[in-house]
Amino acid sequence: MSGVLAITEQRDGVWHRMSWETIAAAQQLAADLKLPVSAAIVGTSDAGDLAHKKLDRIYAVDDPLLKSYTADGYTDALEQLIRRTNPRYVLFPHTYQVRDFAPKLATRFNQVLVSDVVGFRIVNGSVVMVRQLFQGKLNADVSFGGEAPFFASIQAGAFRADNAVPAESPVAVEPVPVHLDAAKIRSRSEAPFRESQRAVDLASAGIIVSVGRGIREKENIPIVEELAKVLGAELAASRPICDNGWLPMERQVGSSGQTVSPKVYIAVGISGAIQHLVGMKGAKTIVAINKDSNAPIFEVADYGIVGDLFEVIPALVEEVKKAKA
Amino acid sequence: MKIIVAIKQVPARDSQLRIDSKGKWIQTSDLAFEINEPDAYALEAALQLKEKNGGEVVALCAGPASAGQTIREALAKGADRALHIEEDNLDTLDTLGIARLLAKAATAESPDLVLTGLQSEDLGYGQTGVVVAELLGMPHATIVMEVERKDSSVRVKRELENGWFQYVELPLPAVLTIQSGISKLRYATLMGIKKAKTKEVKRLTAAGLGVPLQATIAIDRVYPPEKSKQTQILDGSPKEAAAKLVEKLKFEVRAI
Ligand SMILES: Cc1cc2nc3c(=O)[nH]c(=O)nc-3n(C[C@H](O)[C@H](O)[C@H](O)COP(=O)(O)OP(=O)(O)OC[C@H]3O[C@@H](n4cnc5c(N)ncnc54)[C@H](O)[C@@H]3O)c2cc1C
Ligand SMILES: Nc1ncnc2c1ncn2[C@@H]1O[C@H](COP(=O)(O)O)[C@@H](O)[C@H]1O
Repeated sequence: MSGVLAITEQRDGVWHRMSWETIAAAQQLAADLKLPVSAAIVGTSDAGDLAHKKLDRIYAVDDPLLKSYTADGYTDALEQLIRRTNPRYVLFPHTYQVRDFAPKLATRFNQVLVSDVVGFRIVNGSVVMVRQLFQGKLNADVSFGGEAPFFASIQAGAFRADNAVPAESPVAVEPVPVHLDAAKIRSRSEAPFRESQRAVDLASAGIIVSVGRGIREKENIPIVEELAKVLGAELAASRPICDNGWLPMERQVGSSGQTVSPKVYIAVGISGAIQHLVGMKGAKTIVAINKDSNAPIFEVADYGIVGDLFEVIPALVEEVKKAKA
Repeated sequence: MKIIVAIKQVPARDSQLRIDSKGKWIQTSDLAFEINEPDAYALEAALQLKEKNGGEVVALCAGPASAGQTIREALAKGADRALHIEEDNLDTLDTLGIARLLAKAATAESPDLVLTGLQSEDLGYGQTGVVVAELLGMPHATIVMEVERKDSSVRVKRELENGWFQYVELPLPAVLTIQSGISKLRYATLMGIKKAKTKEVKRLTAAGLGVPLQATIAIDRVYPPEKSKQTQILDGSPKEAAAKLVEKLKFEVRAI
């Protein structure tokens, strides 16, 4: 067994951004371990920009049954690829699609996917994966056991896409034939769709005031609305606020909502789970207001106020009014 | 239709977590526990399916004796009976180990549908349901928002990234991992709480199921995360902190 294999994700020739982050992670792991590094494309034979990354090999796993994603099809195909190419480590981007099939794939090898990894270290020649527990409140070092291959998925933003090392000359694509049986693909997927017309474009907002479950109930929403108003900001929210219907879905920030990068993002009563952070980490200045000094939101905040939002926000409204007067 | 719902007991969301003396997990002795949030939605989805299509809802939980509290709450909300795989040291087990226990207990029930939450709030692996499906040889769908029963299949709405969705149809029996927040949760009624006391909780053990408590991956160390940014904490009374923030926003960030 040898080498690091990165499984990439793209749809109709459009790359998932996290594919490049996973390539960067795989290159780094391979360099640390002095192992070769390869990448796989699934459902296409066109490596596109991938051919220009520094990789020892690129495998194309292509078949008419892989044109649209199914867990059964992807698992069968990648199992065959892995058995044929014998990688020691298999890395995935921790996308919703990977969440759907990679645990199944790892199970085929009696292995456990170490999911949502934020980094790794080499300790005495062994790889230690770092992942979050308790929605980011703690970190854990996790070591592999059993027999290779070892599987891990990489959290969004944990590695930088622009750290992926370019190739000196384009890498050739090697087709890897797989045998898939249409009868074994049990689910039938309809075309993806979007629900709401996005009437609110948070992407162009200069300041965003974003509210989380710390606000406790719908009746309290006007407290943050007032802050948004005096700042001339757009109002946004974490997922539970939109799930509860306290604010419309189109104001949700995060991996299933919008991605924003305003000049200022003020997170009020938001804990800072990764699915929220990926939607707002790009803000120039992040302000966190939270009663828990250990809330993960403070790990990305430039300015923090540790306190009760029901006291802090009204005070902030007054101070902003004064400053603007 | 027989529906199994996997529910996990986890530390309450606002818990102050302290690392235990071995540095491999948290101190659990002084914590309050509750049902893992997405599992509450999985239970709700199961109860609604039963109300529409008839059948039985069986709660399935692997955990220490104290998880009995969470199981009782599920029964009080309307689950018909429960399976409790009672083991103390499951914190050191991994998803495959847990999934083997859950799958073995589920097999004996021949369910039409197995629902799990999409992710646990403590370990956060987000994969136990998918592994259970593979072990049971059933098809699955993840991050499910809606479930509609057809004759011999289910049609589900799956959440994709960035506000996209997709409908997927799966033949029964199948495993679904349920997303949080997809419906309003019911409260247990007084009547429900009373009835729960008479409902069956079948106790199982790993040994009884013939499943070894064996982990493949291991947590070596648990520790607070390092900060990626230097946060300036603005202290003082709420009024003082607010004034400091406005000054920063005005003169340093130039946003006011
Ligand atoms: C597949 C998937 C997709 C997801 N997509 C998204 C997404 O797109 N967007 C998203 O936001 N989430 C998403 N989530 C959910 C995410 O994991 C978190 O559960 C969610 O972001 C938590 O929201 P919150 O911070 O508002 O609530 P909580 O985590 O409950 O945090 C509330 C915070 O408020 C603080 N607080 C309480 N009272 C006060 C007070 N009086 N004053 C000050 N602070 C107070 C608490 O200390 C706590 O930190 C997704 C999850 C999954 C699994
Ligand atoms: N010990 C357990 N008992 C019952 N269900 C569990 C247990 N552990 C995990 N699950 C189920 O698997 C889901 C995903 O857990 P995880 O893979 O740890 O994120 C949870 O939402 C539960 O529905």
